[in-house]
Amino acid sequence: MSAHMLLAESGCHINADCAFPAPGLHSFNFEPIFSIGSFDFTKPMLLAVICTLLVVGFFWLAFRKPKLVPGKLQLVGEIGYNFVARSIALEVIGKKGKKYIPFLTSIFFFVWVMNIMEYIPFAMFPATSRFAFPVALAALVWITYMFLAFKTHGFKGGIKNLVWLEGIPKPLVPLIVLLEFLQNVILRPFTLAVRLWANMFAGHMLIVMFSVASWYLLTPSIMSAVAAGSFVVDILMTALEVLITFLQAYIFTLLASIYIGGALEEGH
Amino acid sequence: MMAFLAAADAENPLLPDTAELIIGLLCFFIVFGFLGKKLLPNIQKTLDERQDAIEGGIERAAEAQAEAQQILEQYRAQLAEARHEAATLRQEATEQGAAIIQEMRAEGQRQREEIIAAGHAQIEADRKVVVTALRQDVGKLATDLAGKLVGESLEDHARQSRTIDRFLDSLEDSASKVEAS
Repeated sequence: MSAHMLLAESGCHINADCAFPAPGLHSFNFEPIFSIGSFDFTKPMLLAVICTLLVVGFFWLAFRKPKLVPGKLQLVGEIGYNFVARSIALEVIGKKGKKYIPFLTSIFFFVWVMNIMEYIPFAMFPATSRFAFPVALAALVWITYMFLAFKTHGFKGGIKNLVWLEGIPKPLVPLIVLLEFLQNVILRPFTLAVRLWANMFAGHMLIVMFSVASWYLLTPSIMSAVAAGSFVVDILMTALEVLITFLQAYIFTLLASIYIGGALEEGH
Repeated sequence: MMAFLAAADAENPLLPDTAELIIGLLCFFIVFGFLGKKLLPNIQKTLDERQDAIEGGIERAAEAQAEAQQILEQYRAQLAEARHEAATLRQEATEQGAAIIQEMRAEGQRQREEIIAAGHAQIEADRKVVVTALRQDVGKLATDLAGKLVGESLEDHARQSRTIDRFLDSLEDSASKVEAS
């Protein structure tokens, strides 16, 4: 149970001999719902499982028996599918990208729904703000990236695809090779995971911050005006998060397809 | 509570939790298993079918139009060819007709001249025969007459022709004198 929830229950307010319980890393740590031996099942895990069921459930209902003339649910599903297929996969990778549409679509919707949990009542927490979830997905993207680079170009060609740039002056070769290796093999998966995690982490932190502040400042005094301001900002932040949750899922998928496209590219 | 917070703050948020990592991977595999293996290929197939149904119709219409256009052009070409052929035939017929007329005219001319020439020759021959016969008959008559008159047979041929010639010459002489005067 996180600190601000304890706070809400305890009814801690300003001027009540109670320090502001600022949110921090502890806001992202949850006590286990249940434990099996040393394995603790926590809220983010529960949310990930729920998101899995939601994504699979939605697409199961929408695409289980697809019709040539779509129903409402199928139409909504198609819009989502076409968004990833056309605006991301085919746009970035080209015709060869058709094979990777299912992978990218799965990533997009899984990430998006996990992000959305940030402002869904009772959930109010994005599983992707726990670093392990972005890492798991980025690792899969990285494995796919490496696998395709070596599968498409062979061993030598794959290495070249990852570290070589055409037309660089000879003295710069060692530097460029080092930088390309760093960028493609180490930094890309790392930044892919960190970008998603940090955005969701910061977003959740902001929402918690202003929520806690609204509650903390809500006293029969002038401070209630500040509380109201804090609440308004909280609403605005949530609205911004609606955009960011989508944007981060989009960026994650877009970058994944850029990496896949780079691995498939003829000559680097 | 402060101890709990301190313990939490000491934790590095960039160290992924192993249990969460495994749960995250499992969850994604479940999502990808359902979506990637069955549901998305399903919908892709349907979308392709729909595209085919829409574009196929358009394509088929375009195909039919192209075919119609092609056949029309073919017909036009055939028609033009037929017209050209007819014109050629007409031209040839006209030329042949003119040639035949020319030929026939020439032939007619030739035959006419031949007939005329033959006529002339015939007339000439007839005239000669008549003149000869007449000469003989007139001679014979004259001789007979003279013989009767003088009572002397003038049947000797040489003498007879000499006398006749003389007679005729005198006749021609008198005739030419008459003409001259």
